[in-house]
Amino acid sequence: MPPRPLSPHLSVYKFKYTLTTSILNRLTAVGLSVGLLLLVYWLMAVASGAYAHARAARLLSLPVMKLVYAALIIAFCYHLSAGIRHLVWDTGRGLERAQAQRSAWLVVGVSIALMLLVGYCAWLAGARAP
Amino acid sequence: MSLRSPLGKVLGAGSAKQGVHHWWMQRLTSVALVPLSIWFVVSLLSLPSFDHATVAAWMGQSWTALLLILFVLTCTWHSQLGVRVVVEDYVHGAGARTVTLVSVMFAHTLIGAAGVFAVLKVAFGAAP
Repeated sequence: MPPRPLSPHLSVYKFKYTLTTSILNRLTAVGLSVGLLLLVYWLMAVASGAYAHARAARLLSLPVMKLVYAALIIAFCYHLSAGIRHLVWDTGRGLERAQAQRSAWLVVGVSIALMLLVGYCAWLAGARAP
Repeated sequence: MSLRSPLGKVLGAGSAKQGVHHWWMQRLTSVALVPLSIWFVVSLLSLPSFDHATVAAWMGQSWTALLLILFVLTCTWHSQLGVRVVVEDYVHGAGARTVTLVSVMFAHTLIGAAGVFAVLKVAFGAAP
């Protein structure tokens, strides 16, 4: 291949907080892909019957998994909010620098609110059914 | 050394006509995932318990099974499109990149098929 500039030249840009929102979007995306793996593992365990499910449930209810679920909730809420921001951009709106900087804060605010809401519901669900 | 300009080399070669396919599919799946993922999280967290009987009964309901299948398939597709771009950005070297991309594709096919299979098996009452 000819020596072309390769796409994420993170180091050549001057750091701006809007950059963080983009990096986080990709980071949470990769995290959620791992979450998909967990989801399908769980679905397969349910399909394999009560015995297999009990074995999987022991793994899925390890204390360390609480951290994984918390990370997945954070990743989901952020990726959902940032993804909607991307969909708005795709319509050609909100691309001015000042607008993008405002929407970056909006995404942070909305996703933190969502995280608290989903986290609280997950905590309730966990307390109901450990 | 060729005297043809870089532009002259590519003019008239035509495009593969799928330049926006990846981009468009990423958008379509993300639009679909907004309601699907919210439905999934809300119904998962509304489950009264996570024991086998409760979860199997939930997965077996017609609408739940249908939406779960759509959710797993759309997630898998969206994830495949996204992870593909990450690999294309960060894995350099033609050999390593091809091997990684093929593995990513195979892994996603396995995940998607397994998810659909699991839901169908429970929904059709074949889970032990």
